[in-house]
Amino acid sequence: MTPRTSFEVGGMGHSIKRKEDPRFIRGKGTYVDDVVLPGMLYLDIVRSPYAHAKIVKIDSTKALATPGVVAVITGQDLAKYNLHWMPTLMSDTQMVLPVEKVMYQAQEVAAVLATSRYAAADGMAAVEVAYEPLPVVVDPRKALEPGAPVLRTDKKDKKDNHIWHWEWGDRAATDRTFAEAEVTVKQDIYIPRIHVASIETCACIASFDKVDSKLTVWMTTQAPHAIRTVFALVAGHVGLAEHKIRIISPDIGGGFGGKVPVYPGYVIAVAASVLTGKPVKWVEDRMENLQADSFARDYHITAELAGKKDGTLTALRIKTLADHGYTDAAANPSKFPAGLFHICTGSYDLKAAHVEVDGAYTNKPPGGIAYRCSFRVTEAVHTIERMADIMAHQLGMDPADFRKKNFIKPEQFPYKSALGWEYDSGNYAGALDLAMEKIGYAALRREQADKRRRGELMGIGISSFTEIVGAGPSKHFDILGLKMFDSCEIRIHPTGKAIARFGTKSQGQGHETTYAQILAEELGIPASDIQVEEGDTDTAPYGLGTYASRSTPVAGAAAAVASRKIQDKARKIAAHLLEVAPDDLVWEPGKFSVKGAPDRFKTIQDIAFAAYTNHPQGMEAGLEAVSYYDPPNLTYPFGSYICVVDIDKGTGEVKVRRFVAVDDCGNIINPMIVDGQIHGGLTMGFAPALLEEISYDESGNIQGGSFIDYLVPTAVETPKWETGKTCTPSPHHPLGAKGVGESATVGAPAAIANAVVDALWHLGVRHVDIPITPAKVWKLLRDHGVSE
Amino acid sequence: MLVKVVINGEKLEADVEPRLLLVHLIREVFRLTGTHIGCDTTHCGACTVLLDGRAVKSCTVFAVQAHGREIKTVEGLEQDGKLHPLQEGFMEEHGLQCGYCTPGMLMTSYAFLKKNPAPTEDDIRWAISGNLCRCTGYVNIVKAVQHAAAKLAQGGA
Repeated sequence: MTPRTSFEVGGMGHSIKRKEDPRFIRGKGTYVDDVVLPGMLYLDIVRSPYAHAKIVKIDSTKALATPGVVAVITGQDLAKYNLHWMPTLMSDTQMVLPVEKVMYQAQEVAAVLATSRYAAADGMAAVEVAYEPLPVVVDPRKALEPGAPVLRTDKKDKKDNHIWHWEWGDRAATDRTFAEAEVTVKQDIYIPRIHVASIETCACIASFDKVDSKLTVWMTTQAPHAIRTVFALVAGHVGLAEHKIRIISPDIGGGFGGKVPVYPGYVIAVAASVLTGKPVKWVEDRMENLQADSFARDYHITAELAGKKDGTLTALRIKTLADHGYTDAAANPSKFPAGLFHICTGSYDLKAAHVEVDGAYTNKPPGGIAYRCSFRVTEAVHTIERMADIMAHQLGMDPADFRKKNFIKPEQFPYKSALGWEYDSGNYAGALDLAMEKIGYAALRREQADKRRRGELMGIGISSFTEIVGAGPSKHFDILGLKMFDSCEIRIHPTGKAIARFGTKSQGQGHETTYAQILAEELGIPASDIQVEEGDTDTAPYGLGTYASRSTPVAGAAAAVASRKIQDKARKIAAHLLEVAPDDLVWEPGKFSVKGAPDRFKTIQDIAFAAYTNHPQGMEAGLEAVSYYDPPNLTYPFGSYICVVDIDKGTGEVKVRRFVAVDDCGNIINPMIVDGQIHGGLTMGFAPALLEEISYDESGNIQGGSFIDYLVPTAVETPKWETGKTCTPSPHHPLGAKGVGESATVGAPAAIANAVVDALWHLGVRHVDIPITPAKVWKLLRDHGVSE
Repeated sequence: MLVKVVINGEKLEADVEPRLLLVHLIREVFRLTGTHIGCDTTHCGACTVLLDGRAVKSCTVFAVQAHGREIKTVEGLEQDGKLHPLQEGFMEEHGLQCGYCTPGMLMTSYAFLKKNPAPTEDDIRWAISGNLCRCTGYVNIVKAVQHAAAKLAQGGA
């Protein structure tokens, strides 16, 4: 797309430098832990060593005798105010602090308030808790067996560990298609627990002003407005009213979904501040972050694919067991307990599909949130892309040819999927062709054949994913009843500069830059003249926040719509100034000119000044607009990734030699930022594919609870990403944009897993679960008769 | 215990507990909050500063160990209103997103380029492998360091 504006104006399509960077490169960002308030107390949390245990006694005597310790808060203390439990975003319930028992290792047990960070830690270590261990349920399959210990004894009448059953699609038609199929494949796929591990952990400072009854919370949150409403609803009975709650989400050191939920630490800090009248800071450490904050994934999937011998796919059937830990604290739209998992037909024209998911309770931390992926889309994409590869190999077809045969064709858009989604636009073969060309697919296949003859293990894997983002249309999308619109409010100042505020909250995506570019595009005001603000609920318009790649599709659209409202008013003012009819004016970014007389014009700056100094009689002064944008549909970014791996037969190590990612996210606001998002997303796809996993032993002890054993990739392991783009605009988005933050995380793991299996298929290997560790591959090789 | 240090050229002192970590001295006593904390196990590198010119993870150094020594933090990179070529490189090459790992990356790279002014891409990747970034996939951080190396070679800063 050729930019419509000059680089100086910096509208869409320009790689202008980020407005955020000058403060970050000088160490002048303001993250929550950088904020210090006078008289501030520090909170530290006592956590359970057991995965399931009755709390016999909490003895605070020694802790309270520790210098600097002000108070020890237990579940009993919170129970007096009925604040010991809180609702989750999925309308389940979660303990803030326990009264009777703990449900996972590292669960919050008590909190210590002290005058310094170190004193709080001393007090935390001095709290003595007596536990009586209870039977632990780690495996969700065992959790659902008859006779399994019932975990949620707090729920009256709960007789098992089953949370919910959800299914979607036409079961009868799907079963019928399978019965008639010429060929079927079936595979168990486990997508393990992982953690976003943003480099900044979660933190807050709660500051309650007893005189004014006003609570201000600086908080690492991706959704400040929703948090304010949740606080008002949950703590209304202790006197917190929504107009007296201010959430400030300052600079955020990465979110990726992990900073959407309300964690007990936040609530304890708020309660402690309300009780003491002093500011209370809580900053979790890395181990608390990994061990207790919401996890992602943990889906046990059984998938079946049906087709014809010529390679035409016909039907998909999936059964899944979702391990939610001890409470369903996912962050999905209310209507969809398994998120948007039913995007699982992917990029393929399947005539029938049926998917069912059951949620189970286990003695693990709660969650089921994102890992830079909206609402279970990675699980869906991984499943269909693995299954497509298995089917292709089974039929002896090249995986690229197989995909092209089954892709939804460009002329089929808008396309209604078998599971009910209306895909907005796509050109799947275009993206795959470009990826194949960039990587030199044919030559790689020849190289692979040569190497195989020599006994060397090389694989080529493809993933042609379809994303589903921009939640979402209010008809179907809400979180706790709050519709998933988002907002933008623009004020043009008399001198033609502007401020724009949004309901979203950047955590590194560069909103201060890209939103300014949208205004620059729509109004012709230079991006450098536009101040973008988010994250302060006292000033920003209400919105549902930033996650699920929704900022550009929803708030970005709001920015365009609000800008166009301003343009409408500007036209009337320009007409008044030029003494012509509004319809006689022509708009180009930055000015209105008279039709046929281009030298008679008024710039947006002239018009802004007039809006305050010389506006037409009968018109209100000022130049402002607000939009609460309710998207008519979701957007469907897509892409094709190709990965080449070499496998060391001696060690089982998988080396990603090359990785080409072709993305299509519609029209692009800032190409530099989009590429950066893709690089990061790819790395967060590579990480769970080869390195990251949080698992538990039989007693519920976490494995992977610190950076010692939770392996976030460094620059050395991370492949040297190669990227490319195609552009298929969204027909319903005002800017034709689609969103991109999560695409690469969604698409990458399957390309890597497919490459590994591609290298090993001839040995009889059909599947390998991620993370594909050297140990796993080494064992597979030995099991299939390969030695060094 | 009394700790006297020179930090970004300024002489500062504080009476601290022996157990106080250097990162807390920098952040909480001296209120230089550009240096960040991202883990408990010396893996993430967000707290990297220079101690007598050597890059150290300040979460794993006691404040008292810095007594009588010179510290440089991210706040000390810009000189007389002029950005260091590394800072410029990170901005030019989009080497940062959330900004949280950036100060540590800058300080590690600063010490690295002093030792190896003409690095290869792989040299750079190894040099920053003690600093974790969750946003960028490292591609543009590598480019940022290359940008700075080229600028420094031309006699910049």
